[in-house]
Amino acid sequence: MKRNQTRDVAVGLFVLAGFAAIAYLSLQLGGLKIPADETISVFADFDEIGGLRPRAPVVISGVQVGQVDRIDLSDDYRARVFLALDAALELPVDTSASIVTSGVLGDRYVSMQLGGDDRYLEDGDEIEFVESAVILERLIGKLIHDANLDSEE
Amino acid sequence: MSNPVAAIGARALYFVEETGRLAVFAAHVGGAALRRPLRLQRFLDEVFYLGVLSLIIICVCGVAVGAVLGLQGYNTLERFGATDSLGTVVGLSLIRELGPVLTALLTTGRAGSATTAEIGTMVATEQLDGLRMMSIDPMHYVVMPKALAMIFVMPLLSALFIVCGIAGGYLVGVYWGVDPGSYLTGLESSITFRDDVVGSFIKALCFGVLVGLIATYRGFTSAPTSQGVSAATTTTVVEASVAILVFDYFITALWGV
Repeated sequence: MKRNQTRDVAVGLFVLAGFAAIAYLSLQLGGLKIPADETISVFADFDEIGGLRPRAPVVISGVQVGQVDRIDLSDDYRARVFLALDAALELPVDTSASIVTSGVLGDRYVSMQLGGDDRYLEDGDEIEFVESAVILERLIGKLIHDANLDSEE
Repeated sequence: MSNPVAAIGARALYFVEETGRLAVFAAHVGGAALRRPLRLQRFLDEVFYLGVLSLIIICVCGVAVGAVLGLQGYNTLERFGATDSLGTVVGLSLIRELGPVLTALLTTGRAGSATTAEIGTMVATEQLDGLRMMSIDPMHYVVMPKALAMIFVMPLLSALFIVCGIAGGYLVGVYWGVDPGSYLTGLESSITFRDDVVGSFIKALCFGVLVGLIATYRGFTSAPTSQGVSAATTTTVVEASVAILVFDYFITALWGV
């Protein structure tokens, strides 16, 4: 039986296009890495993380260098944030991490400021210097409270 | 029908019986898929009829749905000055919900009904009996390749639908003045592989199984008359559409995709 060559080609192209679409969704949009990027995991304990979520970006000078891996509660009930960072980076051990917001009501992300130590962070290390998220409502509440005190005097 | 309670009972029993028969039918299809020969050529033919010929409707509808999402999303987001989130809105709704569901509904109408009508006509014109006379199992030669092809093409069509939809949303959004970069960044930062892309794939796969089984089952069991074939085709479209939407809810509720 002679096969319809054009039809087989059409099926082949269809399957290729379908897999290309799945690959685009997974790799480009879904952020799946094959093979996975070399990363190191460090953690930092914060008093307040605001609305920080896993997969939030970690930036140095605004350039993304990693992402928030997961967030747990530490033994002393502080928020322990695990960061997956690019393994090629050499970050001094006295590097500090702060949780900031893009815009007034935007998403939370982690910003890192480099330290000056000549020893570098390694996998599993803790970032000692942290700055917690600023909660706008609390700030406003405090402001109103102070203003009330002033007017009473 | 003098007793309405009895009517309800009969309905319920009929539903349970049909579900059981469908499950037995599914087991037969699964058994046939394991038996040799593989019927690869039959499978490829069905991929052509069910997949390649559905491409145009899937792509056109994908672009249209993405464009209308882009327009609706833009108009709503503009009130909050948050049009930069348009990529997130369009991408997430397409990947998690609209892509798999609309693809399955379209494929039901385009290919599922045709499958039922074809098998039903084969029943009515005794072609399946002809195959049995030649000791070819129609389950193995006719039903199995069609059902497997449906399961195979559904995730591919769904992925193509989503990509077309994202492109449609992009065109409309950029035309209305959304920054192209923030549209794409919104997509990349909000869509996760493990939750969204895998979930979308699982949904499409489940819908492929549902549509493939219901379409072939209804055709295979259709009454051997022209009225029977038309009734079977209608039943396929109704049952598959309802099953898709009901299963969609439960997949979302159970696996959170």
